[in-house]
Amino acid sequence: MSELLIEIKDLECNIDNQKILQGLNLKINKGEVHAIMGPNGSGKSTLSSVLAGNDNYEVTNGSINFLGEEISEMSPEERSWKGMFLAFQYPVEIPGVSNINFLRTALNERNKYFGIDSIPAKDFLKMVAEKSELVGLNNKLKNRSVNEGFSGGEKKRNEIFQMAMLDPKLSILDETDSGLDIDALKIVANGVNKLKSSENATVVITHYQRLLDYIVPDFVHVLHEGKIIKSGDKSLALELEKKGYDWLKTDENI
Amino acid sequence: MSYTEKELKEELDNKSYEFGFVTDIESEKAPIGLNKDIIKLISSKKNEPQWMLAYRLEAFRVWQKMSEPNWAHVKYKKPDFQNISYYAAPKKKKELKSLDEVDPELLRTMEKLGISIEEQKKLSGVAVDFVMDSVSVATSFKEKLSELGIIFCSFSEAVNNHPDLVKKYMGTVVPHTDNYYSALNSAVFSDGSFCYIPKGVRCPMELSTYFRINESGTGQFERTLLIADESSYVSYLEGCTAPQRDENQLHAAVVELIALDKAEIKYSTVQNWYPGDAKGKGGVYNFVTKRGICGYRSKISWTQVETGSAVTWKYPSCILKGDHSIGEFYSVAVTNNFQQADTGTKMIHIGKNTKSTIISKGISAGKSQNSYRGLVKIGKGAKNSRNFSQCDSLLMTDQCGAHTFPYIECENPTATVEHEATTSKIGEDQLFYCMQRGISEEKAISLIVNGYAKEVLNKLPMEFAVEAQKLLEISLEGSVG
Repeated sequence: MSELLIEIKDLECNIDNQKILQGLNLKINKGEVHAIMGPNGSGKSTLSSVLAGNDNYEVTNGSINFLGEEISEMSPEERSWKGMFLAFQYPVEIPGVSNINFLRTALNERNKYFGIDSIPAKDFLKMVAEKSELVGLNNKLKNRSVNEGFSGGEKKRNEIFQMAMLDPKLSILDETDSGLDIDALKIVANGVNKLKSSENATVVITHYQRLLDYIVPDFVHVLHEGKIIKSGDKSLALELEKKGYDWLKTDENI
Repeated sequence: MSYTEKELKEELDNKSYEFGFVTDIESEKAPIGLNKDIIKLISSKKNEPQWMLAYRLEAFRVWQKMSEPNWAHVKYKKPDFQNISYYAAPKKKKELKSLDEVDPELLRTMEKLGISIEEQKKLSGVAVDFVMDSVSVATSFKEKLSELGIIFCSFSEAVNNHPDLVKKYMGTVVPHTDNYYSALNSAVFSDGSFCYIPKGVRCPMELSTYFRINESGTGQFERTLLIADESSYVSYLEGCTAPQRDENQLHAAVVELIALDKAEIKYSTVQNWYPGDAKGKGGVYNFVTKRGICGYRSKISWTQVETGSAVTWKYPSCILKGDHSIGEFYSVAVTNNFQQADTGTKMIHIGKNTKSTIISKGISAGKSQNSYRGLVKIGKGAKNSRNFSQCDSLLMTDQCGAHTFPYIECENPTATVEHEATTSKIGEDQLFYCMQRGISEEKAISLIVNGYAKEVLNKLPMEFAVEAQKLLEISLEGSVG
């Protein structure tokens, strides 16, 4: 019996008074992988930002229930502590802050929230060694400043490394495949697959079916004009690859 | 980072300004105003020899003919120099032979400042010369240092015990005629530190002095003279804290460094004078002249973290006189609310193959104004000399200002001078990225700012680096807009 992880109901949101999400519904159980596809401007990245709590977006209606708790007013850091992770489409550079220090601060802040002692340096470094191997992160990158001077592929790999370190309940991969060559794509997908368990779930936001060859989704959803207009299994992604989105849009209009 | 946000919160709840307390010690104070009689009073209070008094009076004569400089990018109400008391000393009951004899109230103050002398002696090997309202009251490690022939004492002691050294070097780097504030300081300086490292001696510990303004309305006129004899090495730390005050306090210090042939001096400062309240009321005026002179193959390195003061006017400089000498300046200057800082350095290349490096990191928040002003001067004879300057500004709000005024004067065609400058604003996307990973906004700001300033913070001795990080965090509390 699968357990509900997140339930999004009638979600509507604005940015600069422009409506982006217009009544989005989605349920995700633990252990599932969901792919969200859709044409440019359909609201895919908005959905990931809203779930992560970016306050540039104003939630005007609906609810987001995460692990039995309404989170639409919750701060981004609290959502993170409770197990929400967003792998950014464009990971941000933080000059002068080493990857390691960044992650240690993140973990300790979470520990503090749960009233747990800071992680001892020895355990932390052991964890870093394990997790970076899992995602094939170059040893040198761990000590370099967060994403500074990283190649596109290194940045994405670093996102998955951070994901491995934080061990989230819900991971949202926002176009993680963009800008990756086929080898990097395999490595990143491999990392994501290794992190999958019956306790967590993954949302993969992508334009292309290609990524879904490596991260196989249980469900595929098509987002259009801020709503999910079609859901199916992985065969839907293949169908989209062949036919594009127009046939769905027409359906919707009828 | 061992310092957690929780600790910071607690600290901020408990006190609005970290070191904003006043020590209740009886003190002896000169009447307000400045004239020859006051200078004579200061000199006699300190049992000074005649030559010292003559120097003071000459400086006073020069000062009277000078006027306050106006070129800095700061605006403030000029102090009324006749409305300041120029001397205050804690009343000494008797000569102090050990710490047990020190006023317990004073010891408590030192503890609040984080300098338990006993502990420092045992744990960190730092000798502390504690300057409070101008008179040194506790000095430790003196014996250990004196075994090596190192002299580390208050300026007044040096005047009496080592007059030859003082006479030979005082005013050679910063003459009393140099500028308005150095002239004032030369006339009325109350006390300060003196340090002499003999030939070939490597000072085994970081020397540190904590300066503190404590008496309301007392101008603080410190004077530091540091001489590193041939092939010696010393690292000197200076930390400043001041109690919270409504009225403006004037601080006009003079620091002179002399690095003789092949000597090296590392001078680090963490400055945290009271910056005024959030509305711009009160705060310390910090008008400081710091300069060092380098002999053959010697090196002077200034590192400063400036977070305090309402108005800062400060340019730690190097005169690279000896061939192959090296000057360095690493600075982080933070301004918040209504603070104004005009700070930078002067690198004067005179000798051949001289080298200088300038790394300046300005951080502006609130409605503050933060300026870098620097001069790189390559003299006619400074063949193959090199300078690299990097001046970065980080803006935290859209109401603050960051300014860069680099001056380059080059009289030798074989010299290489490089200047780089950047301005950036702390990004919402950076903050969101951190927050998504579970790092709260305040912590994220501290992380980003510390990362930005890392190049400079890395130059600080370990114990200072930690303190400096705390200060950056406290100074920028609630500053993103």
